[in-house]
Amino acid sequence: MAQQQPENGWHEEKVRTAGADFSVVKGPQGGKPLLVLHDELGYPGWFKWHTSLAPEHTLIIPGHPGFGRTPRLEWISDVRDLASAYARFVREQSLSPIDVIGFSLGGWLAAEMAVADPKLFRKMVLVAPTGIRPPHGEILDLYNYSVRNYLKAGVPDWEHNAEFSTLYGGPQDTLELIEMWEDARSETARIAWKPYMYSDSLPFRLAGVASVPTLLIWGSEDQVVPPSAGESYKSAIPGSRLVVLRGVGHHPEIERPVEFVEQLENFLR
Amino acid sequence: MQIMYFSERPYVGIPEDEIIKRRSFFGMPNSFFDADRGSQLLNEYIDEKIYAEELGFDAVSLNEHHGTPFCMVGVMNVEASILARVTKKIKIVLLGNPLPVVGNPLRLAEELAMIDLISKGRLVSGWIRGTPCESIFNSAPAVYNRESFNEAHELILKAWTQPGPFRFEGKHFHYRFVDPWVLPLQKPHPQIWIPGIISPESVVWAAKRRYPYVALGTATEATAELWNLYSKVAAEEGYQAGSECFGFMQKVFVAETEEKAEELGRLDMFGGNWNNYGRPEWMSLPGYNSKETIRKFARGATLIPLSQVNEKTSIEDAKKAYYGNSFDNARKGGFLLVGTPKTIIPKLQRLIRTIRPGALGLCQNDGPIGREARLTSMRLLAEEVMPALRETAKEVGIVDSFECKPGSRPLPASGTPDPVIDRELLSAAG
Repeated sequence: MAQQQPENGWHEEKVRTAGADFSVVKGPQGGKPLLVLHDELGYPGWFKWHTSLAPEHTLIIPGHPGFGRTPRLEWISDVRDLASAYARFVREQSLSPIDVIGFSLGGWLAAEMAVADPKLFRKMVLVAPTGIRPPHGEILDLYNYSVRNYLKAGVPDWEHNAEFSTLYGGPQDTLELIEMWEDARSETARIAWKPYMYSDSLPFRLAGVASVPTLLIWGSEDQVVPPSAGESYKSAIPGSRLVVLRGVGHHPEIERPVEFVEQLENFLR
Repeated sequence: MQIMYFSERPYVGIPEDEIIKRRSFFGMPNSFFDADRGSQLLNEYIDEKIYAEELGFDAVSLNEHHGTPFCMVGVMNVEASILARVTKKIKIVLLGNPLPVVGNPLRLAEELAMIDLISKGRLVSGWIRGTPCESIFNSAPAVYNRESFNEAHELILKAWTQPGPFRFEGKHFHYRFVDPWVLPLQKPHPQIWIPGIISPESVVWAAKRRYPYVALGTATEATAELWNLYSKVAAEEGYQAGSECFGFMQKVFVAETEEKAEELGRLDMFGGNWNNYGRPEWMSLPGYNSKETIRKFARGATLIPLSQVNEKTSIEDAKKAYYGNSFDNARKGGFLLVGTPKTIIPKLQRLIRTIRPGALGLCQNDGPIGREARLTSMRLLAEEVMPALRETAKEVGIVDSFECKPGSRPLPASGTPDPVIDRELLSAAG
């Protein structure tokens, strides 16, 4: 399945906090730490953008409780609960204020953490986050598709994307992937089933995070979280900036990695 | 032995290719639903149940599915309520209410109590987890399916047996004032039967509570395995399991000639039948199955054998995959008995002798076979097949859950339970 992480300085460790043994992938010491929050399908493994960013940033990539690598916490039943576990993670690891980047469900998670305690973060990057009900269109229902079709919907040009096939294999799903997806989809169901993938109150609560500089990155062709939700996020977070990448779907990090990294580096300076 | 009449009450009238090309009965757009036809069919199906009473069946069993022409009845309590009033003596067996998806189990307790009262104590309540498609339809997360099943079960039993008002604070259900005015006629409550297909967890759960377990058309070997498990758990609980603890649902279609029976019996495969009940992505909703079951699916030993059919598969190829040798295999495996009374009777007798069910459901063909043929099959079953089956049941000493309270038989002095199946017949069949 996924690409193996490179040897030099990358390792996976257990971090005991908030009542769970978080499995955390860490990059080599490369500068300012960057907390990476994965999406609703879990952490599939090594991405190329990690390597590009590593010289300037120390990546910290925890697996969410219940998504396979980190055991489930029984008491977590919504995204706010998960955010409160992660807030403890950041505090107890003495990481705040840290830069954060969240993808899809991980973006919603970062937003909830910022709402609960803006002091957790120095800067925040949300990549096509769920969490706000789009004014136009609907968030694609993970439970209405096979995982493979859901992934394909996220990357319109998946057939020509080498990283897509490295990450997600194919054409047959491996047992390893099936089990990881089962965990991830189960836990996503526990925390985001109804209403699906959004909180009606989030836009109002986000008004309080003006102190966290926020970059929103969206693909203009996102079939998973409609770009109209990007406008809503932009209006909800005072001072935030929305970058819409033309011709890109739900995964700019693998669809347009160079442009994506450029945006990140400029913003996180 | 209780002999029950059962049918899925399919909606008949959608071109088969429309179902095949969508790779699923579930989720068929309801623009294909014709209300006049729906009205006619629902009435016909209710009339069939009334006819079943006239014919001398002991019980009618009902089920429900949602969002599918495979089974028109989304709310079987509506059907049960009508039958409660218009029939006189037949038992009304619900197999079953899908507890995790009903949303409001206290209301269900009220509905069932009313059905029991109106029928003057003829309700048998059965509870199921529901297929994953029912979870999709009702927006009930499959991850909490078993948990909410258990909690709804606890609430309904309390509502029926514990004097109110009281407060109920569960994980999934919260009630500040449980005090249903209308309570069941049968005391302490109607019998509860648990239908199932493959899940050993459900068998163990039923045995611990002394609820009869009804196997829905499982292969004889698999059924024997589940019932042996039931018997083992029963022994641990300190009782001897017997025929009163078991029910079996058998698909059967009878006609006046073998040729006609085969021709009409084949229609059971219409649309792919269960092979095409729901798309794999719906049937494999996360959290519904245990990790072990998922591994089995992944290795190909699966209830969803058709992942090779996808949106690009032609109708012709999909049909081949859905049909396969299903009809012949189903006949060979005994899942579907098709024939004249003369050829059907020995097969059913053998089944009864082997697994000794206290309740035997005869499940009518699910396909578009037409009203006259359905009624003929029912009549032949009642007039020619049933008397022979009753005789066999009597001969091998089968009692049902109304003659002998499940869980009331003491274990033999040795502590080792007596067999619940005929092992010799089973191994001869194997």
